[in-house]
Amino acid sequence: MREIKSEELTSVIKRLCKEACYYLPRDVRDCIEQNREQEPWAPAREILDKIITNYHIAEEDSVPICQDTGVACVFLDVGQDVHIAGNIEEAVNRGVSEGYTEGFLRKSVVSDPIERKNSGDNTPAMIYYNIVPGDRVTVTVAPKGFGSENMSQIKMLKPADGLEGVKKFILKVCEDAGPNPCPPVIVGVGIGGTFDKAAYMAKKALLRPLDQPNPDKFYADLEEELKEKINDMGVGPQGFGGKTYALQVNIEHYATHIAGLPVAVNIQCHVARHKTEVI
Amino acid sequence: MAKQITMPLTPETAKTLRAGDSVEITGVIYTSRDAAHKRFCEALDRGEQLPADFRNSVIYFAGPAPAQPGQPIGSVGPTTSYRMDPYSPRMIREAGLTGMIGKGKRSPEVVEAMKERGAVYFGAIGGCAALLAKCVKKAEVIAYEDLGAEAVRRLEVENLPVTVIIDSEGNNLYEMGKARYLASKNS
Repeated sequence: MREIKSEELTSVIKRLCKEACYYLPRDVRDCIEQNREQEPWAPAREILDKIITNYHIAEEDSVPICQDTGVACVFLDVGQDVHIAGNIEEAVNRGVSEGYTEGFLRKSVVSDPIERKNSGDNTPAMIYYNIVPGDRVTVTVAPKGFGSENMSQIKMLKPADGLEGVKKFILKVCEDAGPNPCPPVIVGVGIGGTFDKAAYMAKKALLRPLDQPNPDKFYADLEEELKEKINDMGVGPQGFGGKTYALQVNIEHYATHIAGLPVAVNIQCHVARHKTEVI
Repeated sequence: MAKQITMPLTPETAKTLRAGDSVEITGVIYTSRDAAHKRFCEALDRGEQLPADFRNSVIYFAGPAPAQPGQPIGSVGPTTSYRMDPYSPRMIREAGLTGMIGKGKRSPEVVEAMKERGAVYFGAIGGCAALLAKCVKKAEVIAYEDLGAEAVRRLEVENLPVTVIIDSEGNNLYEMGKARYLASKNS
């Protein structure tokens, strides 16, 4: 069995926290720039230009693209033939603490939701473990800002609500969100599973590259249809009017119970940060 | 062409601004968000003085990233404003605020207080925090240091680019901008 020292995990996470906050993924940039070219409304194009300038400044100066450097969502796909020596949770949180401190990233975590005292180093991370075949560990750090997180919703629909109910709910979430989540946004959707599984799929959907539609044609068509309908509302970048509201709709789906049709919508602003490394 | 505003912002000047106007702000403004607003209102309840004189002043709803060496401030973009809605009417009526910079919708109660006072709600581009930080020439924490990113900061800004979202008459760019774009599509 392959062995990885927990210190290695710490140093990878520390680096990914910084890099994710300074450099926007290639697919996200390409998507924003394509939408800029296709945006018919001049005031909206001006906003998209500023968004593009902003991520270039962040990259050149190695500073955070957005001041809300989020809560650190850490996805660990751990190969079943790997043994990580040491305490994994501590190793992850040490990486987050060092990354956010050394990287001049904002500490946005309060230790208790009611008492609300800042933890001081952006820990704890939100850790999502997944056991996979093989002897590697795939680490993804996705700093999640809360302007868009707060606009996310989940609903337990009835089977009778069907596909139309699903579409109606997703459109309603975008309409409710309006200008609040810093549009343009990515709409992550989880359909099926249980209450928590749907929410998890919606979050995972945000990690899928924007140029990769769902491999299932039915869901790929649904993604395209919803993107068009959302953009037809005319809310536009920042809510000042225009076409570009949803950069992409990414849907994940799973089996569910005969009595249920859970739908979760996780909204992600245009600063769609995530970085992955394989150990 | 952007309208130039030099702080302080009097109600007379604020009333000349219209929803949709591009504005560049120069002078002293303050940052404050959720936790500091709560403390402001608790101080007002106790009849205490606020940590700064907010009369004819502008609050930027923002919590900056830490400054890197040699920089006055880290990335600093707006946070979503509706979370300050429970506090803003008192900041306008009792503390004399004439401007707020944020992003997103506001409550009818906030708009009512703005109309009474002659105050303006500006939007800065959400997520353009590295760009906006370039307009900050000086920053210092003046209150509630224990709140970290949420501490109240006094900023000296130069040509900070904002857009009037809601003016002192209650006109709203979110409604107007969307309507104009949709009308252009159908014409």
